[in-house]
Amino acid sequence: MTGHRAVDQTAAHMAEAIREGRATSYEITEAHLDRIDAIDGTVKAFLHVDREGALATAREVDEAIARGEKLGPLAGVPIAVKDVVVTKGMPTTAASKILEGWIPPYDATIVERIKAAKMPILGKTNMDEFAMGSSTEYSAFGATLNPWDTGRIPGGSGGGSAAAVAAKMAPLAIGTDTGGSIRQPGAVTGTFGAKPTYGSNSRYGLIAFSSSLDTPGPVARNALDAALLHEVISGYDPRDSTAIDAPVPPVVAAAKAGATGDLSGLKLGVVKEFAEGADAAEAGVIAAYEAGVEQLVKLGAEIREVSCPSFSYALPTYYLIAPSEASSNLARYDGVRYGLRAGDDGKHSLEEVMSLTREAGFGPEVKRRIILGTYALSAGYVDAFYGKAQLVRTLIKQDFEKAFEQVDAIISPTTPFIAFKFGERTGDPYQMYLADLYTIPTNLYGGPGVSVPVGLSEGMPVGLQVMGPVMGDDITYRVAAALESTQDTLLADTAPEIEGN
Amino acid sequence: MTKLNDYDKAVETYEPVLGLETHIELDTNTKMFCGCSTTFGAEPNTQTCPVCLALPGALPVANKAAIEATIKIGLALNCHIAEWTRFARKNYFYPDMPKNFQTSQYEEPLCENGYVDVVVEGKEYRIEIERVHLEEDTGKTLHVGGATGRIHGATESLVDYNRAGIPLVEIVTRPVPGTGALAPEVARAYTAELRDIVRSLGVSDVRMEQGSLRCDVNLSLNLPGAEWGTRTETKNVNSLRSVERAVRYEVRRQSALLDAGERIFQETRHFQETTGETRAGRSKEEATDYRYFPEPDLAVMEPSREWVEQLRSELPEPPRKRRERLQAEWSLGDKEMQSVVNADAIELIDATVAAGTTPSGAVKWWLGELSRRANESGEELAALAITPAQVAQLQGMVDDGRLNDKLARQVIDGVIAGEGDPADVAAKRGLEVVSDTGALETAVEEAIAANPAVADKIRGGTHAAAGVLIGAVMKATKGQADAGTVRQIILDKLS
Amino acid sequence: MSTISREEVAHLARLARLEVTDDELDAFAGQLDVILESMKTLAEVNTDGVQPTSHAVPLVNVFREDQPQPSLPRDAALAGGPDTYEDRFRVPRILDEEA
Repeated sequence: MTGHRAVDQTAAHMAEAIREGRATSYEITEAHLDRIDAIDGTVKAFLHVDREGALATAREVDEAIARGEKLGPLAGVPIAVKDVVVTKGMPTTAASKILEGWIPPYDATIVERIKAAKMPILGKTNMDEFAMGSSTEYSAFGATLNPWDTGRIPGGSGGGSAAAVAAKMAPLAIGTDTGGSIRQPGAVTGTFGAKPTYGSNSRYGLIAFSSSLDTPGPVARNALDAALLHEVISGYDPRDSTAIDAPVPPVVAAAKAGATGDLSGLKLGVVKEFAEGADAAEAGVIAAYEAGVEQLVKLGAEIREVSCPSFSYALPTYYLIAPSEASSNLARYDGVRYGLRAGDDGKHSLEEVMSLTREAGFGPEVKRRIILGTYALSAGYVDAFYGKAQLVRTLIKQDFEKAFEQVDAIISPTTPFIAFKFGERTGDPYQMYLADLYTIPTNLYGGPGVSVPVGLSEGMPVGLQVMGPVMGDDITYRVAAALESTQDTLLADTAPEIEGN
Repeated sequence: MTKLNDYDKAVETYEPVLGLETHIELDTNTKMFCGCSTTFGAEPNTQTCPVCLALPGALPVANKAAIEATIKIGLALNCHIAEWTRFARKNYFYPDMPKNFQTSQYEEPLCENGYVDVVVEGKEYRIEIERVHLEEDTGKTLHVGGATGRIHGATESLVDYNRAGIPLVEIVTRPVPGTGALAPEVARAYTAELRDIVRSLGVSDVRMEQGSLRCDVNLSLNLPGAEWGTRTETKNVNSLRSVERAVRYEVRRQSALLDAGERIFQETRHFQETTGETRAGRSKEEATDYRYFPEPDLAVMEPSREWVEQLRSELPEPPRKRRERLQAEWSLGDKEMQSVVNADAIELIDATVAAGTTPSGAVKWWLGELSRRANESGEELAALAITPAQVAQLQGMVDDGRLNDKLARQVIDGVIAGEGDPADVAAKRGLEVVSDTGALETAVEEAIAANPAVADKIRGGTHAAAGVLIGAVMKATKGQADAGTVRQIILDKLS
Repeated sequence: MSTISREEVAHLARLARLEVTDDELDAFAGQLDVILESMKTLAEVNTDGVQPTSHAVPLVNVFREDQPQPSLPRDAALAGGPDTYEDRFRVPRILDEEA
C-alpha cells in the first residue's frame, strides 16, 4: 500500500530529504530496522541484521551533514546486501552451512564503495546456497517468502534482496546475477533489478559461482533508485582482472530521460525464438508483457522482430559453463582454512574429513552442480561439454551482436512464469532451470539486462526484461523508466501489506 | 629388498632415456597473483591475504614481473614465445593448495620449443625444451607425530601458506635419448646449466637447498633398437649430486626388474636424500584427472613482439660464453676449467677474484682444500660455511706472508666453525707466521749447529739439502714460520 | 536411455570430495540424466571455425606491477581456521604419498 511512512519513499527521495535536512539518516535507517523486526519473522529475507552498525553509519552521515559536508547521492540511505558478497566483520555465508560462522577479514570492492558512499548496511539477505537456484528454497537456512503471497517463492537466487525491497525492509539492495538471479526475483516480487554489463563492476569479494558469468547489480523499487545505486557500485577495479577499464554508462541520466516518457525513434527488438517451443511463457505472463509492449509503442518505440537462432542452446550452454566453473570455484571449501569441518574425530584422514565436510556442508543443488561440473570437465568429456559450450556461447553472442545492429534494445518477459508455490519445482531440477530461460542469454553474451515490473497475472507481479548491448546499460534504464512513467502507481507500491508480529 | 644391478653392466645392456622437469621459484617482490611479499623464512602465515589463502570472493591478478621473468627464461633457453597464451586451472585437492586447484598453464604455455646444449666428457648433447610455463607454488606442510617429520606415520599436519602463490616456472624437456652410460652426468650437467642460465638472468636465486630449484627426473630403459620403455618420475631430487644419484639408482633398479622379466610401472617415486634410493609413491586406486580448463578469472595474454624483443635485448651474457671468457681470463686449461665446472665453482671463483685475489689463488683454494672438505662432508661447495670474500682475505694473508698454507688450513677450520673472518680466526687462535727474523735466525743457527753435515753439504752448493734444516726450523717454530723466509736465512748464512 | 551410471556419479563424487549417500547417488544419477540429455543437443551445433568465448568483453594482458601490498595480520589470516596450532592450520593426517 502506498503510504507516507519513511519506508514508503523511494531511495532518491530519502537521499534528498537527508541532504536537505528534512529527515535524518538515523530515523530512516531505524524505520527500516524496525520494519525488519516487525515483519522479517514472516518474510525471512535476512540472514543477518546489523542494527548497531547501520545506525552508527547513519549517525555519522547526520553529523557530517550537520557540519555542512557534501556527501554522495545516496548518503544515509540504508541498503541490504546479498549474503554472497563479502562484508568485513559481518557474517557471510552464501546461505551455506559450509560457511556458517565465517567472519570475513575483508570487504568486497562493491561493499567498500557502499561504505565510501556512506550507506548504512542493514544486513545480509537470504539466497539460494551459493546463488544456485531460482526460489531461495536451496538456502541452507530456510526459504524466503514472497511478500505478495507467502505461499510462493520470491525468486532466486536473490530472493532475499528482492523480498526485502518488495516488503520495504530496505529501499535498496545488492544482488548478483549469474543466469538471472537479480532479474527473475525482481520480476516475481514486483521490484526492479538490473544486471549490469559483465566486467563493468567488480567481482572482487563476490563469492564466486561462475566466474565468467557472475555480475553484481542493484535491486530497487524503480529505475532511478537502481541507477543511483548502479553508479555507486560500478567502475573499474584493478583487483578484478576481468573488469573493464572504461567509464560507467550514464544510467542515472538515462533513467531520468526515460521518465519523461519519450521513446520516439527508439527501435526495440523482440526475439522470435523466445516465443517458440514447449517451454514458452505462461499465457498470463505473456498478456501482461504484451500490454507493456503496447505502452512502449505508445511512447514512440518501434518494435522489430529479431532472430537468435542459437537461443534454444542457451540453457544447455549455461548449464555446462556455470557448473563447470562452480565445481572448481567451490573446491576451496574443504574445512582447512575457514568454515565448517566435519568428521575430524582423530580417526579419519584429511581426505575423509574433506569429503565429510563437503557432504555435510553443501546442500543438494550445490552437490548436483558440482558433480555435473566435475563431469563436464573430466578427461574425455571436456571438449564435448565445456569446450563446446564456449563455442556455442560465441554463436549466441554473435546472434545478439547482429540483433543490436538492427535495434537499440531487446525486450522480453523476464521469466516464463509467475512466482510458483513452494516445492513445485524442487523435485525436477530442469523445471527449476527453466525460470532463467529468458535471462540466461544476457549472461552468455555479457550485456546488461533489467527487469521492470509490467503488470500482474493471477494477482502476482510480472516483469518485463530490457536487454542492451555490451556497455549499453543506459539504454536499458531509459526504456524501463519510460515504462514506469506509464504506471500511475509503482507496482512495487501495490503489494499487499505483510502481517507483522 | 629392492634388487639392483651393477650400473656398468646395466648400461651395457640397456639404453636410458632421460626427461627432466624443473621447477624454479622466481624471486619477484610479490606473489604470482597477489601483492603478498615473498621473503624466505618469514614467520608462518604472515605473508598471506584473501587471494593466496583462497578466501571466498578473492580474485587473482597476474604479476607482470613474473611474466617477464618467464619470457626471459624462455628466450635464454632458445624458446619460441607464444603470441597467445593463457592460464588454466589444474584441479586436485591437497591441503597445501588453498584453492584446491593450481593456477597453471595447460595447452598454451608461455614458451615452447627451445634447447640447451651441454658438454659432458668433451661431447656435446642438445637437450630439447618442450615447454616453459608459469604457475604458482603451494604452501608448506609440517608433519607432526611421525618419527622423522615425514608424512609417513604422521598423526597430523600443520600448514603454512607463506609460500602459497609464489611464482613458479616449470621447464620440461623432451625425452633425451642417446646419453648411454653418461645419463647421470648429462642430467646433472643440464640441471647445472639451467641453474646457471636462470641465475645469470637474475630472476631467481635458484638455490636447491632452499627449494627454489626443484627437479623431477624421468627415466626409462630400452634395449638397443627397441621402443622406449615405460618411464618413472622421481620427485624430491634437490641437489645436483642427487640428480646424478637418482638417475643412476633408477637405471640400476629398472634394469634389474627388466632382467627378471618384470614390468616397469609408470609411477611417481620419491628420492631419499639419505640413502640415495627412490621409493614408490602410494598406488592410487584411480588415475588422477586434473580437469584442466581455462582460468576464467584471468585475461588471456598476448605478448607483443616489441615486448619480447625488448626483453631479449636485456638478456645477459649466456653462461657458456661467460665460461669461455673466464677460462681465458683465468688462464686455465680445458681440464682445469672442466674441474671448475664439475665442482660448481665458477661463481665462487669469480666472486673470490672480484674480491681481490689472483685467479690462481682462488682456483687453488676452491678446487683444492675446499673441494676436499665438501667431498668429505657430502655437501655442495657453495654450501660450505665460507664465503668468497673470506677466501680472498685468506689468500691475501698468504700473499702477505702472514699465513703459510698449513696455517691457512687451520684458519679455514676456524672460519667453517663460525669463529669469524680469517683475520679474526688467525688472531684468536694465534695462527701467524713468525716474522720476527731475530727469532728465526736463532732457530736457524740452532738447526745448523744440530746438523753440521747437512750444513757442509749446503756450503758445498747442494742447496736442496736445505730442506732438512727448514724442517727442523718449522718444527721448532711449530709451523708458524714462512718456509721461504727460513730458506733464505739458511742460504744467506751458509754461503 | 541412461547416459550416466550410478558408478560414474560415485566416481565423480570422489573426484569432487563429496561423501555422498546411496540415496543421493540414486537421485543424482536420474536427475543428471535429464540435464545431460538437454546438453547433448549442443553436439548438433556446427561450430566449425568458431572461436571460444570466455568473457563478454575480450581482455588481454591484464597485469599488476610487482609492488608489495600489506598482507593480512596473522591473527586475521588464522581467525577463520577450524583448527590452528602454532600459527599454522592444523589438519588430520594426510594419506601418505610415500610408501
